[in-house]
Amino acid sequence: MFEQIAFYFFSVLTIGLFLVTVFSKNVLYAMTSLASGMVVIAGFFFLVGADFLGVVQLIVYVGAVMALYAFGMMFFNVTKDLKEKNTSNIWVMIVGVTVALLMTLMFVGAINPDAIYASLPMSDKMNNPEAVGMALFTKYLVPFEVAAIMLLIAMIGGIVLAGKKMDTSLTNIEDEVLQQKDAK
Amino acid sequence: MIGLNHYLILSGILFTIGLIGVLRRRNLLMLFFSTEIMLNAANVAFAAISNFYHDLSGQMFAFFIVAIAASEVAIGLGLLILVYKKENTLDLDDLASMKG
Repeated sequence: MFEQIAFYFFSVLTIGLFLVTVFSKNVLYAMTSLASGMVVIAGFFFLVGADFLGVVQLIVYVGAVMALYAFGMMFFNVTKDLKEKNTSNIWVMIVGVTVALLMTLMFVGAINPDAIYASLPMSDKMNNPEAVGMALFTKYLVPFEVAAIMLLIAMIGGIVLAGKKMDTSLTNIEDEVLQQKDAK
Repeated sequence: MIGLNHYLILSGILFTIGLIGVLRRRNLLMLFFSTEIMLNAANVAFAAISNFYHDLSGQMFAFFIVAIAASEVAIGLGLLILVYKKENTLDLDDLASMKG
């Protein structure tokens, strides 16, 4: 009973929040609703018993990724509403509905439940974070290290890219230069 | 009772929302947001399948997806800042320089 209430409550909440993200004209509203949607997604992870994944979702997505977006937003002008020419709605609807139908077909038809066996079965002796640790440092050790190197490269890349021309701050240049930039 | 299909349908709906965002929006930042939505939809499906088949592999895949999403944001946001400094806009229509 509790699971059903929580599932439907979270579903309505995530779908609504993500719809706001996708259709909002204001970048700040979109970012805020995306962040709250991520929190609710973590609720789904706790609901399916993936405790550690839920905590990682909270720390990495809500904590790091959204904070990075919030910092990045300081470089962009987000006070104005976005004016964009939207792609014709008919095509968007056609592609969206087609993909939705294809995914439904895939989930309902293509998966044969009897042919699936657990390659890394969960045991009842360990709780979720313990089991994740055991799997991460035995079977998935190499991907784990590769992911660590990838994150290091991403960090260096981010610093190099965003740190370029940091000495010419956008807030310190004269008004004429800014107007020239706007006119261009 | 909430079954696997409920979670898969939810994940499909979220993925479609993200896809519509990618197709419809013309602002680079909004495209990034939509990509995050799609990655999260995949994560929900992975976690649900992992739970209902008592298999930990789904959760491991979700972890690596989270790691990839984090590095994608770090690099992508750096590139966005560079583009904004150079062109003073993030709109794809204004950034298009090749007519074809």
